Amino acid sequence: MESHISRKTSEMWGTQDWLMFPQLGIEVRGHVMKIRLKVNGGEQDVEVDPQTPLLFVLNDELGLRGPRFGCGLAQCGACTVMLRGQAVRSCVTPVSSVGQAEITTLEGLGTAEKPHPIQQAFIEEGAAQCGFCLSGVILTAKVFLDANPEANDQEIRGALKGILCRCFAHARMLRAIRKYAEAKRHDSVAS
Amino acid sequence: MTPSRRDFLKGCGALMVSFNAAPMTTALGQRRSRNRPSSIDADKLDSWLAIGADGVVTAYTGKCEFGQGIFTAQTQLIAEELCVSITRVKLIECDTAVTPDQGTTSGSQSTPTNFNVENLALAAATAREALAGLAARRLGEEIDHLSVEDGVIQGRSGRKIRYEDLIGSKHFDLPLNPAAKRRSRAQWRVLGKPVLSLDRAALMTGQFEFLHHFHVDGMVHGRVVRPPEMGATVAHVDEQSVHDLPGLMKVVVRKDFVGVVAQTQYQAVVAARKLVVRWNPGPSLPAQKTFFEHLQGQPAHDVLSVDSRDVEAQLAAAGTLVQARYTYPYQMHGSVGASCAVADVKADGATVWSATQSAYPTRSIVAELLSLPVDRVRVIYKRGSGCYGLNGADAVSFDAAVLSQAVGKPVRLQFSRRDEMMWENLGSACVVEHRAGITPDGRIVAWDREGWVASLGNRPGYDQPGNVISGMLAGYTPEPLEPGPAKPPAGKLRNQSNIVPSYFAGCIGGACGGGGTVRSERALTHTVRSPFFTGPLRSPLRIQNTFANECFMDELCAHAKADPVAFRLKHLRDSRTIGVLKAAAEASKWRARVASTRPAGRAGVVSGRGIACVAYEGENGYAALVADVTVDLDTGLVQPKGFIVALDCGPISNPDGLRNQVEGGILQGMSRALVEEVTWDDRRIMSVDWESYRSLHLDYEIPAIESVFVTPEGVPATGAGETAITVTPAAIGNAIFDATGARVRELPFTPERVKAALSRMKEAALSS
Repeated sequence: MESHISRKTSEMWGTQDWLMFPQLGIEVRGHVMKIRLKVNGGEQDVEVDPQTPLLFVLNDELGLRGPRFGCGLAQCGACTVMLRGQAVRSCVTPVSSVGQAEITTLEGLGTAEKPHPIQQAFIEEGAAQCGFCLSGVILTAKVFLDANPEANDQEIRGALKGILCRCFAHARMLRAIRKYAEAKRHDSVAS
Repeated sequence: MTPSRRDFLKGCGALMVSFNAAPMTTALGQRRSRNRPSSIDADKLDSWLAIGADGVVTAYTGKCEFGQGIFTAQTQLIAEELCVSITRVKLIECDTAVTPDQGTTSGSQSTPTNFNVENLALAAATAREALAGLAARRLGEEIDHLSVEDGVIQGRSGRKIRYEDLIGSKHFDLPLNPAAKRRSRAQWRVLGKPVLSLDRAALMTGQFEFLHHFHVDGMVHGRVVRPPEMGATVAHVDEQSVHDLPGLMKVVVRKDFVGVVAQTQYQAVVAARKLVVRWNPGPSLPAQKTFFEHLQGQPAHDVLSVDSRDVEAQLAAAGTLVQARYTYPYQMHGSVGASCAVADVKADGATVWSATQSAYPTRSIVAELLSLPVDRVRVIYKRGSGCYGLNGADAVSFDAAVLSQAVGKPVRLQFSRRDEMMWENLGSACVVEHRAGITPDGRIVAWDREGWVASLGNRPGYDQPGNVISGMLAGYTPEPLEPGPAKPPAGKLRNQSNIVPSYFAGCIGGACGGGGTVRSERALTHTVRSPFFTGPLRSPLRIQNTFANECFMDELCAHAKADPVAFRLKHLRDSRTIGVLKAAAEASKWRARVASTRPAGRAGVVSGRGIACVAYEGENGYAALVADVTVDLDTGLVQPKGFIVALDCGPISNPDGLRNQVEGGILQGMSRALVEEVTWDDRRIMSVDWESYRSLHLDYEIPAIESVFVTPEGVPATGAGETAITVTPAAIGNAIFDATGARVRELPFTPERVKAALSRMKEAALSS
């Protein structure tokens, strides 16, 4: 019989690869904590392992559909939510780290009946194909433009560095983002 | 004068007076399956369409939406044929309990299948005519005197009757009527109009329910533990390593398939990570560096697409012989969302919610894996992340079913990024070698094209579970590859994979089905076993072959010292390929030039323009693309600056949806041309996330894209989602050549490869 080199998966992959959430470490204490979250203008109590990624809590416990699991590695943006005014990757954010900060998901920004102006711009431009990536695209652009209303195209692109859309509806997305930026500038001039 | 014209002006038009726009060819539809019975009889009108008591028109389709716009277009189709507003149409997609078996939503076949004279389109036309017949009887009028406006039929007398009053919630009880007439393009009020995708408001506001958000009562969560490398087998699963984890319900092992089920998603993630599995290693892999040479040395299944049997003699006699070898890497579907499925398996049956493109085939495979009768399994399509072909959606559905059966509860299975990327059915790696002879007066006299394709597995279809990783781990083998020499070509030229360049006459037994004039021609393909799973990835093999064919054609232009457009036109016969080529040249204000005399030894950033064209799958859509690029001669960086595309897909159902597909296709093609390439070491695939597999993110300078649509009269509708992407790598490659004089024959066009091609050119210039 040939020499079977039996190896543990962990040895072959290396420790790095094992860690889907590298910054969390894997500490399974097995306990469940009651956590109060401020989400989209309301308050919600959940009972979860405090290490649970915020994304899983938003999707599985609270039934929210805006943020989506893309990579679990903070490499694509599909899980983006707004937290303390920043665009944050909820797939690598432990729920226990959120504290009392207000979480806003894509559905917290506006509704189909009353969309936020940046959502309205995306609707008008038909700026999606499958649409799975939209939380990252829309929320990242919104957060950036709110802080940098005078940003030029190059700066907007820089802000979207870590955002992936594999349908490549990019041209429309950039048009929608520019449209929102222009409307914002116009509004601030008018007011 | 018939009343129809006047009625048409005030409403949707006469119900019966209609014209077939064209002698429509039989759509390349799905073969009806004899041994895979569907309870939905596709020959019956009621299988496709129902009108409720509330007047809502419900249509059932086997072609599903995953971002390509077919949901909206099919809704337009039903609204058009039934003369109702879009808001009255409810479309049900791919559910084996209620929709007809239309096989797989793939291959740019949804439009030809459902928008010409069969299937969904025929059902809608049959229904309209049946309603007209019923109305004529009820109103006591001639059918020709009826007109209709949003589901209300009016007679000459002014009396009206609504669809729901004629048929509301009752069965039509009619077969599809092959003689039923489609509404003509000239009559269209809903089709042919730019309708923004119907899901857009829900998408942009985060209210759209993807499969990833789908929950059923009592649902628990699964994760899989995949082998560390291809061919590795389970030596031991140490269940003790996870026995104390909270929430863990079961470790599931089935031959080499390993998975865990836990109460919550996070518990499943932790358990999958903590579970200690010892694996017997798989075979080592051929080195990536010399992989294409390896590919060319393996036993192969050979197919001759065309062979005039005089190629060698003609090449020997030709004034100039040109030869080149092109390589195309493995690439990934790389869906943004890692695949997910929900399965609920009970003792006597199973329901699987799946983002598969193949609801019915998936049902058959699930039944096989679970040892259930096929009619006890229901697969319900639910949209996931865009797939671009066979991503992980099928595999995750099979695995979810296995896990659910093991725990007797509904299981939601979410692949990790690594599960998705390391084990997907990759787009095939290919080599193509071309040799062609040119006469002194600048005509291609003979052309030989030989290709090697890496292949393992495929779509599972109805009976090949081993074609994807799940089935293989469960003990099934991929469909076999039988090495052997090619048979002489026979029958009609088949060019589904765009193996045969557009310029071949394509003559088999006296019938010439090719698009061009080169009569001394041979196209031979060797299919070789791949070390990794392969499967259809947007424009499967078509993009690989077109890259090689169209770049080589550009080389021939240069050797003949001829303009790339003029030289192509000189060797084309097919009127629609000629049509798009001329349209792209005109829209881009193409200036005739000979692209072979760029001065060497320049520095800085130079610009260039290239063109490429294709008759997709031989006859399923036509595109010509002009690419403008800059190349930094110092760094080798290629930057596309603009694209002008001319596209002919026959009658256009939704110009906005088409534009979206064309733009997305070109940019996806640009990403594949510039950065995408699967890498591996001696044991395993190394491209397992977005750092190790490069894709363009949203931070690059998006080139301007101009689309021109060519719409000849009297032709059927073709596919359109894969045509523009097919020509993108070739157009960029030809533009790089135009800019620099250097030909890059390996994809992707990384700065290193471009610089290497530049130095090769310099050396050649020095030594000559």
